[in-house]
Amino acid sequence: MLLEVRDLHVEFRTRDGVAKAVNGVSYSVDEGETLAVLGESGSGKSVTAQAIMGILDTPPGKITAGEILFQGEDLLKFKEEERRKVRGAQMAMIFQDALSSLNPVLSVGAQLGEMFTVHQGMSRKAAKAKAIELMERVRIPAAAARVGDYPHQFSGGMRQRIMIAMALALEPDLIIADEPTTALDVTVQAQVMDLLAELQRELNMGLILITHDLGVVADVADRIAVMYAGRIVESAPVHDIYKAPAHPYTKGLLESIPRLDQKGKELYAIKGLPPNLMHIPPGCAFNPRCPLAQDVCRTDVPPLYEVTEAGTDRVSACHFWRECLHG
Amino acid sequence: MAEPILQVRGLVKHYPLTQGIVFRKQIGAVKAVDGVDFELAAGETLGIVGESGCGKSTVAKMLVNLEKPTAGEIAYKGEDVTRLSGRALKAVRRNIQMVFQDPYTSLNPRMTVGDIIGEPYEIHPEVAPKGDRRRKVQDLLDVVGLNPEYINRYPHQFSGGQRQRIGIARGLALRPEIIVADEPVSALDVSVQAQVINLMDRLQTEFDLSYVFIAHDLSIVRHISDRVGVMYLGRIVEIGRDAEIYDHPTHPYTQALLSAVPVPDPEAREHRERIILFGDVPSPANIPSGCRFRTRCWKAKERCALEVPLLAVPAEFRHEAAGPAAHDSACHFAEEKQVVPPEEPQEESKKESPAEPVDKIQDEPTDDVK
Repeated sequence: MLLEVRDLHVEFRTRDGVAKAVNGVSYSVDEGETLAVLGESGSGKSVTAQAIMGILDTPPGKITAGEILFQGEDLLKFKEEERRKVRGAQMAMIFQDALSSLNPVLSVGAQLGEMFTVHQGMSRKAAKAKAIELMERVRIPAAAARVGDYPHQFSGGMRQRIMIAMALALEPDLIIADEPTTALDVTVQAQVMDLLAELQRELNMGLILITHDLGVVADVADRIAVMYAGRIVESAPVHDIYKAPAHPYTKGLLESIPRLDQKGKELYAIKGLPPNLMHIPPGCAFNPRCPLAQDVCRTDVPPLYEVTEAGTDRVSACHFWRECLHG
Repeated sequence: MAEPILQVRGLVKHYPLTQGIVFRKQIGAVKAVDGVDFELAAGETLGIVGESGCGKSTVAKMLVNLEKPTAGEIAYKGEDVTRLSGRALKAVRRNIQMVFQDPYTSLNPRMTVGDIIGEPYEIHPEVAPKGDRRRKVQDLLDVVGLNPEYINRYPHQFSGGQRQRIGIARGLALRPEIIVADEPVSALDVSVQAQVINLMDRLQTEFDLSYVFIAHDLSIVRHISDRVGVMYLGRIVEIGRDAEIYDHPTHPYTQALLSAVPVPDPEAREHRERIILFGDVPSPANIPSGCRFRTRCWKAKERCALEVPLLAVPAEFRHEAAGPAAHDSACHFAEEKQVVPPEEPQEESKKESPAEPVDKIQDEPTDDVK
């Protein structure tokens, strides 16, 4: 297994109290595999990714428990210096907003080249040649002429390609893409996702795709992990989960997508609001919004049950996953 | 169609590009909106879709008079709003209200919810006498599904979905006939989007509203709209009833747009034909000659560079048998194309809203400018 997150807990200590952002997340990604982490804002999907990358702001954030095994070694036991060597070279991240993630006062060539001068001690000239090569690889037209341009001179789609190029520079084993296409238009999103998938195949990388878009997930993922209030509520191969969700939250998300036969009718809506992370409801965090909730849901936190029907290798954190599957 | 309540003819908005400080001279223009025509019938919902920078938000602003059009007319019940001023204009503006995209920045953080929703009454005191306003505001809160006791709270005490309800209540305060909603759900989480859409649907029946619903999310637009217009670079390229646009698109841009939307069904991965467009949208300061889509179109021929295609029913579909393909489409080589195989009835489904408002990247330069 390339990456294995085990029972990760992250808290944020703020003036108003402790916000429990991640409450026991476990997932794993293999080489060449795409894991989609699906969740709404505040579900902890990005915080988990930041903990894996080692770019969590501490304080206020604090990893209170858990292990992050990367190629068998626990990253949380590494010293900062060792982690820095892993970051960029072995795992890299693609951020949502390319414009604010790139340095506006450095040319893109300089930023791409930095990967090689810092990690591999290359000369600046050689690094520039590498930068051009990378830009060609992500299909930026006239790469040699544009290597000296600044981020604002590129369009949104092109900037996201540069982010991808930067992440791929040192051919890492794992890429974490945090909402990589959310800020892009549909037609450009299709171009960028295609490119990312192609490069992943070519380099046989593991990819963690963090998103809230059920459409993008269906297009590219092998497995899905659905997060709610800092926990994984369901995890399964992509085909199984769309066919028969085994958690009421996943089911609600899938049903709230407008479909043809619902035209003119009321859309299915999950009632209520996501919980405040400082006051997560006791028992199952989803119980106040759940149509299947019983007394047991208000008192007992559901473990990750193994779902033994409708597919293999899937888990659901619902006491009533059977009812959900059939109802 | 019933008597249109709103008629837009040749609407144009150009922002001048100038050079020099003392002797300013105009060296060009950003053609944000470049000749838009449509009609809105009473009680109807017109959806407008398009990517960032296509001018859909500028159209919205002109409809509610936040921007003055460079040319063209907006006729509200036959009267050209763009020529009105003073009292007459104020009376018309009462009837056309707006709901904004971002519920975080469109509500003043220093005003209570009661003041925000009641502010329209300060401008139009004839709608509600002073003593009556508090009760009216509480009624509105109730109508949009918020607790009327929240009247003294501030916007930061509400979640995104609740804030958008406040924005909708403000839009309803003057009992308008038309509501222009510019990306009203794109800043919201998936599970909350459906709630707000259902609310808007219910209010339309309850208050007899006509909507101009602007969004980039094709599945939501289809759900709520009676007719849909597709915009590209400041113009409507195709417009028709929702089924005509989604099931029988004839303009290549609409076809590409529909095929690019990710479908929330992993089974569709294999047998789906996707049209991937090359490059980016050209800059509105430097619009291609002839058909403005030709630089990204796979069908473009010589004629497309010379002749601007008009928005009309294409000649090949003017016969009776054409059926739903016979709707306005601005393409010289319009042809019907099934974007997704028929066994997949939900091809237009889901592209959820970005957490990041897409319009923010509207003014960026594209490669074509350079």
